[in-house]
Amino acid sequence: MGEILTNAPAEPAGAVTYATADGLLASVWLLVAIPLVSAAVLLLLGRRADRWGHWLGVSAIGVSFVLGLVSFFQLRGLENKSVELSLWDFITVGDLRVDFGLLFDPLSALFVLLITGVGFLIHLYAVEYMSHDGGRRRFFGYFNLFVAAMLLLVLGNNYVMLYVGWEGVGLASYLLISFWQDRPSAATAGKKAFLMNRVGDAGLAIAIFIMFATLGTTQYDEVFSNVGALTGGTVLVLGLLLLLGATGKSGQFPLQAWLPDAMEGPTPVSALIHAATMVTAGVYLIARSNPVFSANTTLQLVVVSVGALTLLMGCIIGAAKDDIKRVLAWSTVSQIGYMFLGVGLGGGAYALAIIHLLAHGFFKANMFLGAGSVMHGMKDQVDIRRFGGLAKHMRTTWLTFMMGWLAIIGIPPLSGYFSKEPIIAAAFGRDDWTAWLFGGAALLGAGLTAFYMTRLFVLTFHGPKRWTEEIEHPHESPKLMTVPLILLALGSIGAGFLLSTSVPDWLTATAGLGGEHAEHETVLPHIVITTLSLLVTVLGVGLAWFLFRNGTATAPQPAGVLVTAARRNLYTDAFNEAVFEKPGIFLTRALVFLDNRGVDGLVNGLAAAVGGGSGRLRRLQTGFVRSYATSILTGALLVVAAFLAVQAGWLA
Amino acid sequence: MSELKLPSIDYAALAPILIMLGAALVGVLVEAFVPRHRRHVVQLSLALLAVLAALTMVVLNSDDRLITAGSAIAVDGPTLFLQGGILVLAAMALLLIGERAVERGGAFVAHAAITAESAEDRRQADGAGGTTEVYPLVTFAIGGMLIFVAANDLLTMFIALEVFSLPLYLLCALARRRRLLSQEAALKYFMLGAYASAFFLFGVALIYGFTSGIPGRSAGVDFATINAAVNESPASRVLLFAGMALLAIGLLFKAAAAPFHVWTPDVYQGAPTPVTGFMAACTKVAAFGALLRVFHVAFASASWDFTPVLGIVAVLTMLVGAVLAVTQTDIKRLLAYSSIANAGYLLVGVLAPSKDGLSGTMFYLVAYGFSVLAAFAVVTLVRDGDGEATHLSRWAGLGRRSPFFASVFTFILLAFAGIPLTSGFTSKFAVFGPALAEGRAWLVVAGVLTSMVLAFPYLRVVVMMWLSEPGESTPTVAVPGGLTAAALMIGVVATLVLGVAPAPLLDLATGAAEFVR
Repeated sequence: MGEILTNAPAEPAGAVTYATADGLLASVWLLVAIPLVSAAVLLLLGRRADRWGHWLGVSAIGVSFVLGLVSFFQLRGLENKSVELSLWDFITVGDLRVDFGLLFDPLSALFVLLITGVGFLIHLYAVEYMSHDGGRRRFFGYFNLFVAAMLLLVLGNNYVMLYVGWEGVGLASYLLISFWQDRPSAATAGKKAFLMNRVGDAGLAIAIFIMFATLGTTQYDEVFSNVGALTGGTVLVLGLLLLLGATGKSGQFPLQAWLPDAMEGPTPVSALIHAATMVTAGVYLIARSNPVFSANTTLQLVVVSVGALTLLMGCIIGAAKDDIKRVLAWSTVSQIGYMFLGVGLGGGAYALAIIHLLAHGFFKANMFLGAGSVMHGMKDQVDIRRFGGLAKHMRTTWLTFMMGWLAIIGIPPLSGYFSKEPIIAAAFGRDDWTAWLFGGAALLGAGLTAFYMTRLFVLTFHGPKRWTEEIEHPHESPKLMTVPLILLALGSIGAGFLLSTSVPDWLTATAGLGGEHAEHETVLPHIVITTLSLLVTVLGVGLAWFLFRNGTATAPQPAGVLVTAARRNLYTDAFNEAVFEKPGIFLTRALVFLDNRGVDGLVNGLAAAVGGGSGRLRRLQTGFVRSYATSILTGALLVVAAFLAVQAGWLA
Repeated sequence: MSELKLPSIDYAALAPILIMLGAALVGVLVEAFVPRHRRHVVQLSLALLAVLAALTMVVLNSDDRLITAGSAIAVDGPTLFLQGGILVLAAMALLLIGERAVERGGAFVAHAAITAESAEDRRQADGAGGTTEVYPLVTFAIGGMLIFVAANDLLTMFIALEVFSLPLYLLCALARRRRLLSQEAALKYFMLGAYASAFFLFGVALIYGFTSGIPGRSAGVDFATINAAVNESPASRVLLFAGMALLAIGLLFKAAAAPFHVWTPDVYQGAPTPVTGFMAACTKVAAFGALLRVFHVAFASASWDFTPVLGIVAVLTMLVGAVLAVTQTDIKRLLAYSSIANAGYLLVGVLAPSKDGLSGTMFYLVAYGFSVLAAFAVVTLVRDGDGEATHLSRWAGLGRRSPFFASVFTFILLAFAGIPLTSGFTSKFAVFGPALAEGRAWLVVAGVLTSMVLAFPYLRVVVMMWLSEPGESTPTVAVPGGLTAAALMIGVVATLVLGVAPAPLLDLATGAAEFVR
């Protein structure tokens, strides 16, 4: 253990330099500007934009996607694949200089394509999904605002820009979770998400302050080039605070509780923000800050532990939930746990985590939209105990969902196999006994994932019908919804293979993400790990199929300790309530009491004293010249006396 | 009998004073010879032209640094800056005084024996346009103020004091409505003013006694002699300190510093509102101009002795002004107490014995003058059938009725409260900064604390205007005539510009902050 906890730099950080953007790449700012302008138009024009607003929203993202694609190919041809575009001085106060600048490099290029590509499909889907909602224009306004903020987050060339985007996506997420603000549960969920994110955001903000205090800059290139000069303790604190920010945004332990509740928002929101893009911002932050994390092995161990713990938690809780979107939400928590595991392992595993992130973006968006399609046909029913036998009625949704299901559990040759299995293998590649710990956790997670995803799939699409009475004939969703599903299903099938063969090379150009590609010595032969992971997957699938092929009871059944705990989110909510909420409420009450009695008393007392004094002094103002003259005479005598006292040396 | 030697006189340097006094004399002739119905236009144009001409001469003289007319008048940086300030503010006040569109016949009594709004009063108002004696009186007062800030000996200063005070006593009595209140105010002001003048004069006598007996110098009350006497006079120091105290009392009375402020609320309330504005802006400039010159030139070497006493007066003034403003129910009395508190802040600037302190005080005077004239301009507009509605309860809900004027007044109140982006902030900064640099932290602390107290009555008015429902008795805001509108706009724009870009005027004040001795 002693060796792991040393604060020695794991590998020296080299100097980082970025080229200046020119030519077509000089217009990457349009990527952010187009959705932003569209959002402004949609939100400012009000009802006048109701008829065409959604198409403006969709086309803004479409144009951004095309632009992102063009920039991507432009970047491929460059020697130095990291180009920087400095727009103007954002903040200039004393020594603090923050650039309003963008950085377009392989990492951000991939994110741009994910955000705009998947985002475009989800926008398209939402046109139909939200067609019966009176607030559709406002929805697209917020949606475009989210895309703009998310693009700013991944395109900024310093931590302050990242923070601006970070808060922007937080805002958009809050607005969209509580989009149906007349539902108390949605309003509460929005607040919960906002508050828990504040905890993480505070960590990120303090981390940025520390950067400025110790390094004097927040620009990526300068921070990464100089991080080696910091003491181990500073790097550790800096990294832990960045990690706190990342766990908040990505729904990782200990700040995971808001993400499942966020499913109160419309389904496209869950798909875009709370599955495919925003929640991966934490992974982006750690991958982007890899020189900081690679500089300290303790830090990496913490990240790995967070990832492993969260991925198991997500699986266990996901297996006990009955709400289709919540199962998917906990699955998201768990899959991001895999990504954290990957970025925590460092070196070549950074690229693996990014591949998993991209692949996950496809198959999770696919399944969320599939869930939305099911809900659309089932009158907004979300309880999987009341589904069953839908395969016959919704062929497209069933098939596309099946692709997502096979992808997430890692059946070759679908994408999950190519993205998740290498992370498991990499976890087994650690140098000491922790290889067994984290490798075992990742492997167990794979089996559990197979179990709960199969449970979800079987209960929804197969087995006997357990529908509520009012549903007679579930219908397939319209074309505008199924086309994005089909495209995303294709992505779920092919993305993994394509990405795993191209991304690692592509990412070498991003500072620190190259890593060594030499196969790590794993504690088990690679082929054994692959076989094992396929084996546990098949076991999980088989068990779930065996248990649920005949459906399930339509009401909750008494269960053992573990299942009860899982249904209650492993008591994390109860823990939060007991440890933070109750003392928080008590503290608030105490402070209110102190404020009312102490501070207000003091202030009101002062005010009363002034008012009372004023009232008394007013009586001196009688309106009689004689009393005025007396007062002047008294004053004169006092002033003369004072001057004479000064002269006599009494006052000076 | 030896031949009387006449002192040389620099007429160009004296031109602003001579123009104003000359215009006042011409104004008297106009009263005698111009037909009644034309007098208003002629008198207003004459007064405004005279102010403009005097201002032009001040600008032309801007490089003068000299003592002329024997040693009676000093034309130097502070003189020219303050004369310029007085003239600009006086022009605004004249615009308010000349307003005839808001109330037929203007704010001034047409014939004291006729009841306001009676049939006879109206007939007279139609024909004559109110009293036009107002203009020569104001012009005389302006002339006196110009001398007051330029006076280089105590006798000239005393005469100037009387020259500008006597017309003011009269002007206070000329309100067309609430005539008894106005006449009472005038009488109070006159009696207390005479009382204060007596203190001043007695002080002059004691100082004269103190200056006698310096080897190689004859006794006198010019500032150079006094300055020399402070350092080398063999006479008893009691004479000096008693004289200095009595002089200070006379000047502090005009400046409305506690405990010599008692006249202020009554007079501000009773006087016709344009005259109140004129007094609040121009008299303040004149009084503080004289205070600056007396204490920075004549008694400069005794600053260790007078600072504690005047400092206590300053703190007391701020406290009295701020605390009493809290419970006022009449907008004019509220502004009077605000003006008292501002006198306290100005004293802080006077007591910072540096170039920055001097320039900051001069900047404050001019900036405050603009704001206070704008405030009184709004007060003239809020009226009902019985004239101006000055009781605060009547202002409730004004923001709903006339959002524009309520916004303007809110802005001015925020400026008084010292909110950034208004001249109130920059000017407070301009006097507190140097005071802090000169080690007068206690004065600054008192200033900041009382500013906080003072913010309350201002904000109370703001809250009342915006957050109360308009009631039955909420008056309407009259549409201002061109003259009031011009004065109001000048005041508001100056308040804004001096808050956002104070540098030009501050530079001007800094460039002028050097007395000739």
